[in-house]
Amino acid sequence: MSGLRVLVGCKRVIDYAVKIRVRPDHLGVVTDGVKHSMNPFDENAVEEAVRMKQKKVAKEIIVASCGPTQSQETIRTALAMGADRGIHVELAKGEEDLQPLAVAKVFAKLVEKEKPDLVILGKQAIDDDSNQTTQLLAGLLDWPQGTMASVLEHSDGVLKITREIDGGLEDISVKLPAVVSADLRLNEPRYATLPNIMKAKKKKIEKMSVADIGVDVTPRLKVQNVVDPPVREAGDKVPDVSVLIEKMKEKGHLK
Amino acid sequence: LQTLADKVGEHGYTVPLDLGSRGSCFLGGNLATHAGGLRVVRYGQLRASVLGMRAVLPDGRILDSRSTMRKDNTGYDLKQLFIGSEGTLGVITDACLLLPHTPLSVNTALFGCPSFANVVECYRLARQCLGEIVSACEFMDSLCMTAVNENMALASPLDDNHEFYFLVEASGMNQDHDNEKLEMFVERVFEVGCADDGVMATSRDQATHMMGLRENIAPALKSLGFNYKYDVSLPIRDMYSLVEKTRVLLKNVEGSLTLGYGHVGDNNLHLNIVTPHYQAQVLELIEPFVYEEVSRLKGSISAEHGLGLKKANYLKYSKDTDLIETMRTLKDLFDPNGIMNPYKLLPWK
Repeated sequence: MSGLRVLVGCKRVIDYAVKIRVRPDHLGVVTDGVKHSMNPFDENAVEEAVRMKQKKVAKEIIVASCGPTQSQETIRTALAMGADRGIHVELAKGEEDLQPLAVAKVFAKLVEKEKPDLVILGKQAIDDDSNQTTQLLAGLLDWPQGTMASVLEHSDGVLKITREIDGGLEDISVKLPAVVSADLRLNEPRYATLPNIMKAKKKKIEKMSVADIGVDVTPRLKVQNVVDPPVREAGDKVPDVSVLIEKMKEKGHLK
Repeated sequence: LQTLADKVGEHGYTVPLDLGSRGSCFLGGNLATHAGGLRVVRYGQLRASVLGMRAVLPDGRILDSRSTMRKDNTGYDLKQLFIGSEGTLGVITDACLLLPHTPLSVNTALFGCPSFANVVECYRLARQCLGEIVSACEFMDSLCMTAVNENMALASPLDDNHEFYFLVEASGMNQDHDNEKLEMFVERVFEVGCADDGVMATSRDQATHMMGLRENIAPALKSLGFNYKYDVSLPIRDMYSLVEKTRVLLKNVEGSLTLGYGHVGDNNLHLNIVTPHYQAQVLELIEPFVYEEVSRLKGSISAEHGLGLKKANYLKYSKDTDLIETMRTLKDLFDPNGIMNPYKLLPWK
């Protein structure tokens, strides 16, 4: 194998450090004028692809993003980190609510077109926390999947993956082509250096619309209501167990 | 200060003052010491943002010049005397502060430069290309960066070590507008060649990290030994020469480190010398040498930290006899019994 072609997905989301505010209509959160950045897990995905290229395991990195016009900035960041070229699936009016199944379908078409050996996505987006796209994409492609990857090693068309799961760490190996999702401990994403940001301007970003790809992206889920979590109330300290039991009985937690 | 910033932040405003001690410093103290900080380069000195004040005189009388008018040329502006008076004329109890709007787009960049002259050039380009959106311009030398990397567990975002680092923050109301200016600025920097490398923060976390490199120099140095700290204003091109001269002066002092960093946008150098333990002979070498140098270059022996106890007797290096005597006259007028912070600010020896 003379080097893998890697397709990396990234999403433009509200910056992780921003204080989220619920919209007055309770159908979402305020996004206007709010700082956006690349989804942190996607940074890990891009970084891993770039490291594979530096190790000469990968020969080409294509970064793709589905989003509004500003998603171009996110793609440029990935290009500045070391991706070779970008694909921007620009969402039209009415398509903004792009859910995981739709994203997976779009990526399945991109895979058909670009024929990568490996797809790396971020484990989940920090705005919807779905953690579904990787799995759905693997299903659509009928490819093996390695999700929540914290270690990725390639040799001869086989990927050894360490997954972070509730019980601890799980080691699996999958045959390429495969879909992988990056977890936070996979690597430490590099800063995009300014000379690289300037060089990245010359790298190509192919623009296409959902219609061009020919995928039905109609949302299947409808958000009914978005509210702030209830304000945390002060706790109560009790001097001993008897008082504790009394209080629990009082509040109806014990019979 | 942090509490105030959070409160007004809820309404879309920001405090025109920001320092590393924001989590513990009080506004009254900030006013009495006329604190400087990171935002002077953008919002000007703190006294320019104080519209009104109430202060209690040593004899108990209350001087009430509270006002929210931006312009008020009615008589002598007495509140300005209290700002920076370090508690020697009275106690500030209320203040009316002019607040800017919270910027909507903030960008932070860090450059690695081979010489201080390059840092000055980067700063000049920042003013030229970014113009009014500049909101912080800081520099540090390689020793400072190493100290922070090794002692505060904060890594440099640049691959190599550089002799100097220039940190610039730009804040505006329109990200697209700012991006255009930033692109032009970055292109010019590399065209002119005043930086060898640089990074631009692409997320708030990265921006906080980069600012953190600058804000953690003081704690990093504290952990290395005894610090001799100097805060001076100098003509911008002479800022680092003082560090170099001091380093030469101390070349035979074993285990000593001479470092420089500071608000390059305000011509304000923080010169720091570190030795494993306090040594009187080191202090004798440094003082009054540093003050004499600053005086020779017509700078200020205390840019923002004030005089307090330690520098009160060196006031003559920045102010002549007539000025000091007039200050004494005012002090005696306000505080004839000398009850307000004796031995501070004015020379007592």
